[in-house]
Amino acid sequence: MHVPDGFLDAPTSVATAAVAAGGVALALRGARRELDERTAPLAGLTAAFVFAVQMVNFPVGAGTSGHLMGGVLAAVLVGPWTAVLCMTVVLVVQALLFADGGLTALGTNVTLLGLVAIAVGWAVFRLLAAVLPTTRGGVLAAAGTAAFVSVPVAALAFAGLFAVGGVADVAVGTVAAAMGGVHVLIGLGEAAITVAVVGAVLAVRPDLVHGARALRRATLLAERPTSVPAGAR
Amino acid sequence: MAAVHGGVLGAAYLAGDSPVHRLEPHLKLVAVLGFALVVVATPVHAAWSWPAYGGYLALVLLAAAVAGVGPARLVRGLAIEVPFVLFALLLPFVAQGPRVEVAGIAVSQSGLVAAGGLLAKATLSVLAAVVLSASTEPRALLAGLERLRLPSLLVQILMFMIRYADVVGGELQRMRVARESRGFRGRNLGALRVLGPAAGSLFIRSYERGERVHLAMLSRGYTGRMPGGPVAPVPVRAWLTALLLPLGAAAVLVTGLLLG
Repeated sequence: MHVPDGFLDAPTSVATAAVAAGGVALALRGARRELDERTAPLAGLTAAFVFAVQMVNFPVGAGTSGHLMGGVLAAVLVGPWTAVLCMTVVLVVQALLFADGGLTALGTNVTLLGLVAIAVGWAVFRLLAAVLPTTRGGVLAAAGTAAFVSVPVAALAFAGLFAVGGVADVAVGTVAAAMGGVHVLIGLGEAAITVAVVGAVLAVRPDLVHGARALRRATLLAERPTSVPAGAR
Repeated sequence: MAAVHGGVLGAAYLAGDSPVHRLEPHLKLVAVLGFALVVVATPVHAAWSWPAYGGYLALVLLAAAVAGVGPARLVRGLAIEVPFVLFALLLPFVAQGPRVEVAGIAVSQSGLVAAGGLLAKATLSVLAAVVLSASTEPRALLAGLERLRLPSLLVQILMFMIRYADVVGGELQRMRVARESRGFRGRNLGALRVLGPAAGSLFIRSYERGERVHLAMLSRGYTGRMPGGPVAPVPVRAWLTALLLPLGAAAVLVTGLLLG
C-alpha cells in the first residue's frame, strides 16, 4: 500500500523527499561495497525479482491474500544497501508507470518502505543473528522476526508523518492503532513469506544469502576438497 | 514496438503521435510533478477548493484528450486508488471536531472535508500520471530521468529492472502454469511450502541472470557507465507546451488564493 498524492501536506512531502534523497545517496555508495562494479545489473535484476514477487498474491488464510513488500527479504538476500536501491527503483517504476503511489509522495514512500522498513528490519536481523546460534534455523528466525517487525514499524512511521503533516484532523492514537493493528497482521504474512523464500534459497544456494555469510564461513573448510580432481589439471 | 513486446511494464503505453507523445520525456516528467505539487498545495479547507479541483480536472482531461488517452484507459488507471477510497470513507467517522448530520448519521465535518479533498487530490494526480505513462514509453521515461540528473547508477539499475521485469515475470508465469497444471491450488498458509521455494528459485534465477548479463556486458566493453548519445537542446516552445499543465494549474491556485 503506497501513499498517494495529497495524503500529506506539501512541507512534509518535501521533507521526506529530502530524507529519501539522502538515504538513496548513501545507499548508492554502500551498494558499491556490497556488489562492487556488478551493482547495476545485480541490483536491477533483484529489483525485477522484488517487482515480480509483489505481483504474486500469497494466501494468508480466511480467504484473504496479501503480497510481499520485500524490503527485509531483499536486505537478507543481497544486503541492506542494495535492498534500499531495489525498493527505491520498484517504487519509482510503480509511481511512474502504474500511478501507484503519488509522484509528490515518492519521497515519503521511499522513506517508509525503503529506508525505515529496511533500517529497522536489518537492525533487528543483525541483533538476533548475533544472539541466536549460527545455524540455518537461527538465520531464518532472525529474518522472520525482522520481516515481521519492519511492517508495523513502517506503518507507525506513517502514522507519525500523518500526525505532523496529515490533511485530516484525526487523533494520532486512532491512526496509530488502526495502522499498527492492521499491519501486525500483514507483518505476520510478510514474516511467513520471507522465511519460506530465504529458507528455499538457503537450501539451494546458501552462498547467495547475504545475511547468512556467517553460516557459510563456518562450513567452508569442511566442504573444501582434499585434492584437486585429476580432470582439473 | 512497445505494444508487441512491452509486457507488464509496456502495457501502460499507448502508441500514438500526439503532441503529448512527441514532447521530450523529461519535460513531461517536470510537468506532471509540477501539476501534482500544485494539486497537493491546494488548501483542503478553503471554500474555493472544489472549483479549483474542477479547474485542475479540466486541465488534466484536456491533456488526456490531446494525448488521445480515452476515458476507459483513465478509469482503469484509477483502479489503483481503491484502497485509499476505503481509507477516505472511514475518515468522516474517525476524525474529530464538530459533527454534521449526513443522511441521519453524525459525522465529523472536518473529516468529511478532508476525505473529499484527499480523494480529489489523489484522483487528479493519478489521472496526470496515467496520461504520462500512456504517452511515454518506459525507455523514454528513463532517458527523461537521466536528463533530470538522476544519479547514473540509479538510472542503470532502473534500466535493468525495466528491461528484465518481463523476463523475470515470464519465468514466474511459467512456474505458475507448471504448478497449476500439476493440480496446485493455493488456498491456505500451507501453500507457502510450494510458493516459498518457487519465489526462492525465482530469486536464484534472477540473480544468476544478473551475473551472466554483467559478464556479457563486460565482454562488450562495459566500464561502469552506459554510453549515451548527444542530447539535443530543447526549444523554448517545447518547454512552454509542457508547462501549460502545471502553469495552468498554478494559475487556478493563485486565482483561488487571491479571490478566496
